[in-house]
Amino acid sequence: MKTLVLVEHDNMNMKDATLAVVTAASQLGEVHALVIGSGCASVGEQAAKVAGVATVHVADDVALANQLAENAAPLIASLMESHDAFLAPATTTGKNIAPRVAALLDVMQISDILSVESEDTFTRPIYAGNAIATVKSSDAKKVITVRGTAFDKAATEGGSASIDTVGGAADAGLSTFVSEEIAKSERPELTSAKIIVSGGRALGSSEKFEEVITPLADKLGAGIGASRAAVDAGYVPNDYQVGQTGKIVAPEVYIAIGISGAIQHLAGMKDSKIIVAINKDEDAPIFQVADIGLVADLFDAVPELTGKV
Amino acid sequence: MKILVPVKRVIDYNVKPRVKSDGSGVDLANVKMSMNPFDEISVEEAIRLKEAGKAEEIIAVSVGPQKAQETLRTALAMGADRAILVMTDDEVEPLAVAKILAKIVAEEAPQLVITGKQAIDDDSNQTGQMLAALLGWGQGTFANEVEIDGDSISVKREIDGGLQTVKLGLPAVVTTDLRLNEPRYASLPNIMKAKKKPMDEKTPADYDVDIAPRLTTITVAEPPVRQAGEKVEDVDALVAKLKAVGAI
Ligand SMILES: Cc1cc2nc3c(=O)[nH]c(=O)nc-3n(C[C@H](O)[C@H](O)[C@H](O)COP(=O)(O)OP(=O)(O)OC[C@H]3O[C@@H](n4cnc5c(N)ncnc54)[C@H](O)[C@@H]3O)c2cc1C
Ligand SMILES: Cc1cc2nc3c(=O)[nH]c(=O)nc-3n(C[C@H](O)[C@H](O)[C@H](O)COP(=O)(O)OP(=O)(O)OC[C@H]3O[C@@H](n4cnc5c(N)ncnc54)[C@H](O)[C@@H]3O)c2cc1C
Repeated sequence: MKTLVLVEHDNMNMKDATLAVVTAASQLGEVHALVIGSGCASVGEQAAKVAGVATVHVADDVALANQLAENAAPLIASLMESHDAFLAPATTTGKNIAPRVAALLDVMQISDILSVESEDTFTRPIYAGNAIATVKSSDAKKVITVRGTAFDKAATEGGSASIDTVGGAADAGLSTFVSEEIAKSERPELTSAKIIVSGGRALGSSEKFEEVITPLADKLGAGIGASRAAVDAGYVPNDYQVGQTGKIVAPEVYIAIGISGAIQHLAGMKDSKIIVAINKDEDAPIFQVADIGLVADLFDAVPELTGKV
Repeated sequence: MKILVPVKRVIDYNVKPRVKSDGSGVDLANVKMSMNPFDEISVEEAIRLKEAGKAEEIIAVSVGPQKAQETLRTALAMGADRAILVMTDDEVEPLAVAKILAKIVAEEAPQLVITGKQAIDDDSNQTGQMLAALLGWGQGTFANEVEIDGDSISVKREIDGGLQTVKLGLPAVVTTDLRLNEPRYASLPNIMKAKKKPMDEKTPADYDVDIAPRLTTITVAEPPVRQAGEKVEDVDALVAKLKAVGAI
């Protein structure tokens, strides 16, 4: 089987999210990577070094600069004439593009896979991860998004794939990119951070969040996450949200502070290796999944912890 | 212009789903069902556009069992004008839902379709994007803010690194994210009024759409359960424990 993997990137750097998809694809067959973008040649070179990648296709065109789904999907659909499976990371980019490709191919997408059981059978979480479905696809071509935390990352060195260029991109004339507000931060990205410090509604304000959570995260070199309640209340930006409808994370250590542990939140972090919870309510559901729990007022305990680590 | 809002009946978000012991699925017998929360956000947004004078009519549609009527009545009580129930007891995958919706779009000619970004049961996150592809329309997924300006719509999208704004020509498909708005509750008088609003009943066959599933669910299993660990006395004990397990 020949697979086509959508490379996640920003026209300069390949993102880590790509690497788990390469691993998933290699369990299906030969891995071809696809870079769509504009001025993205260096990404093609990075992808060619990833262990296990046989060929890199680079589609470099101004119409693809922001990877708009309307322009990307027809190109990917045409490449699928010579590939058997399309795999994208379950990032906002992948989730935007893959279903559009699937519909163009008249294929039912398999979302957010956790494992490859065989060429046509996969497991995927449903009901916020409270159930795991094993599904078998009868479609000739497969369109799949891959949960990044469920597969090991392929090595970024060791590969020596050939690179070819793909033409034929066009502006579908349906959408235009206007602007982007991307927070620049020295902090590790949530989906690749080894440690995450996450704050909930209990923080009470963005000032308190900054005052209590940030120093601990700085001390630990950690990424910062949040519950939906903390995001909705405006303590932190949207992309901090961990959960069923936010980011799915599985760091070495996840420290939940003032978070109750609603099923939607647990869905995003319960595969973390070690879960630490600090909550003043000893019956908070978060303690049912926490390896280490501390019943305490976070406004006392967290600054003390920051001082002692 | 008309706005079409697909709404799905799903398990209530407060209910903890239980896997059936025979591994055939999740037990939905006697479980509270509600409108998919993202679809409440879609209905709300459509109503706000209507209140702002940008839209004249809101049509809610649901594909599902007879009971999906209740979900449509909720949409009508919130402020949708009429409803279409495409009745089926079979499982309908996002691709088939999108095909049915595409046929309804052809009949009703809305300028905007607002779907939820994902349904909280199957968590597929596909239907809106598939519909946009089938119609050859632009798609503004994971919307945080929308603004209609003449014959185009600006959609601010929640993406992994932050926010992105795209401009789409109308007609278009928008899928809603959590921060787009806070849905209203239906008032009692509006719930009463909703009972009189028109609801068409159709079947997938009326739209000549093949809904045969492409995916077969072989089993549905419980995820591995995580055991609760231990509680520590104080911060010193926490630090010691973190060091002991090599976390810091
Ligand atoms: C469609 C939908 C999607 C959703 N998606 C997500 C999602 O992706 N991610 C997500 O997180 N949520 C999601 N939610 C929301 C979820 O249901 C919960 O409402 C949310 O996770 C609660 O956030 P919280 O734990 O911060 O707040 P709360 O539940 O209010 O918990 C606050 C906790 O802080 C504790 N506390 C209070 N004061 C202190 C103190 N001084 N010191 C220590 N502890 C204190 C309390 O005991 C309590 O346990 C979703 C909901 C819906 C309907
Ligand atoms: C009786 C019955 C049993 C089923 N059993 C199974 C089963 O065992 N396994 C299985 O995989 N699937 C089953 N399904 C199908 C499943 O419930 C979904 O309809 C389908 O998989 C869509 O996935 P999703 O809701 O996650 O789509 P998403 O793409 O996540 O949905 C996004 C948005 O699309 C719109 N939308 C989606 N579905 C509908 C709809 N039906 N009507 C109106 N708008 C909609 C909504 O706006 C929603 O917010 C069953 C359906 C029925 C009616």
